[in-house]
Amino acid sequence: MIENIKFKNSYNYAFIDENTKKEIRRKLLKAVCIPGYQVPYSSPEMPIARGWGTGGLHVTLSIIGKADVLKMIDQGSDASVNACNLRDFIKMTTGCETTIDTREASIIQTRHRITEEQLTDKQIMVFQVPQPEPLRMVERYEYKTRQMHAESDYAKMWLMLYEAYVKWGDIMTGAGYPVMVNKRYIMSPSPIPRWDVPNLNHSECLYLFGAGREKRLYAVPPHTSVEPLEFDDVKFHIENFSAVHCASSGYNMAFMDEMFQDDGITKKYYVNDSNFLDKLIAKEEVTQHSNSYLKQIKDAQQQ
Amino acid sequence: MLNNNNGKDWILKVENLTKIYGNYTDNTVTNTGPDLGTNICPETGSIVACAEISFELYPGEVLGIVGESGSGKSTIVQQLFFDLETTKGSALLRPYNGGKVNILEESNQKKRYMRNHLMGMVYQNPRDGLNFAFSSGGNIAEKLLMAGLFHVGKIRERASDLLSKTEVPVERMDDLPAYFSGGMQQRVQISKAIANNPPLLFLDEITSGLDVSVQARVLDLIRSLQRELGVAMIVVSHDLSVIRMLTDRTLVLKNGRIVERGLTDQILQDPQHEYTQLLVSSLL
Repeated sequence: MIENIKFKNSYNYAFIDENTKKEIRRKLLKAVCIPGYQVPYSSPEMPIARGWGTGGLHVTLSIIGKADVLKMIDQGSDASVNACNLRDFIKMTTGCETTIDTREASIIQTRHRITEEQLTDKQIMVFQVPQPEPLRMVERYEYKTRQMHAESDYAKMWLMLYEAYVKWGDIMTGAGYPVMVNKRYIMSPSPIPRWDVPNLNHSECLYLFGAGREKRLYAVPPHTSVEPLEFDDVKFHIENFSAVHCASSGYNMAFMDEMFQDDGITKKYYVNDSNFLDKLIAKEEVTQHSNSYLKQIKDAQQQ
Repeated sequence: MLNNNNGKDWILKVENLTKIYGNYTDNTVTNTGPDLGTNICPETGSIVACAEISFELYPGEVLGIVGESGSGKSTIVQQLFFDLETTKGSALLRPYNGGKVNILEESNQKKRYMRNHLMGMVYQNPRDGLNFAFSSGGNIAEKLLMAGLFHVGKIRERASDLLSKTEVPVERMDDLPAYFSGGMQQRVQISKAIANNPPLLFLDEITSGLDVSVQARVLDLIRSLQRELGVAMIVVSHDLSVIRMLTDRTLVLKNGRIVERGLTDQILQDPQHEYTQLLVSSLL
């Protein structure tokens, strides 16, 4: 008898069936072709609820091959519950290799951070996005925001920034600062801190964004201009940690976590990116992302 | 005050503007009108809000549109400001492509350009013209941002200029319009409408919700702005005293048609159509 191997495995390679993966890859190609444009996609069912990282999972599982090496981070950490579970899940369904070393990885799925370490043209970064629509803050109807994107009618977004300046003396948006991609679409960079936003601009690697609950994919291809929205006289700036030093490594030019100590009064700072911190402690050589905003802070410190 | 058509060309030319709600046939327009005393078509039940409206507006001229409620006054300006889609007809705007294209058939993007650069609108209800979630300065900023001015300092300078011109205390620039009195809200709306120095301004029943003393000040403001900026205006009102105070020329509307047109003084002194006679005689 010819053996039926169809039911030998309870799921397909990388969990999602081939036709759906093909569909997602097709949509990803479209997203890469139109940087910053939100492409609707199927968002198939996953063993976790939509909105818990399914968008990132869809993207990763559709593009991952047997030779890929996966790194999974959650707010900079390889060891958080979300990162561990998603990493185990992908490893279980693909048998691919995993790593915590940023340099070794070929696909990095992330939640709300970009690695401190410079990425290369051999790497793809996949973001989990809770809210892909940057205009949702100013316009609640989807049909209207789509129209606004189509006609690049972004006055309301600018008005929101103006109002923030009038109310608080500065643009207060911390995570998910709106950016203009390729001088055409305003895009939400997912809730990454301001610190990471300039690293999207003219990068070496490919950035893919998946929003599972909202069923949208978008992308920033390498060497694409990504500019944070700013006025001629009120400029975008990143968080400045130059006054504090990491309690483990003594470093002060990375995005920091603030940790209250057991007495509830004193606080210590630690470099947020766990792999970067490991390398700093081990005194390994590591190339950090560079951008003009970071350079400004460094220059100011040297004076 | 009549400084208009002495050899100058029109700035806005409206031809055969028609707005019908519901399904209509070729007979719909002839089945309705002031002679029949209705704007509901007996055949199809569709409503003719306005039909066969043609007029020209000259630079610096103030044109009044008067009529009872439901006569189609607001429908006309709302179509010209692209708030409503037009059923039939054309409108030419001289500052846009030399007045050679029908602006009512342009793309949304071009319509938005015209709204931001070439037109201003003041609505009866400030809630239609202002966004109450944003400060009054922000509301003016919206117009400037849409016209591509991305300099907070310059935006605030221009906004405070406009507010002081319209007699809104500049200290209250960063307050929400919701905290303002009705007259102040109306003046913020006027500032917003004239923010980009448009050559054409639509005023839709701007004094209707205000008490008499505030009405007088708003009208004064409009008059002085008109003299200062020389902007062409279309003033829609059911109130003949507003029409008398502001306008050079008047169209009288009934059942969606123009029943009489002419110099405002002439119409008020010597009304020809029976409906205009009724309007003038019922003036308190």
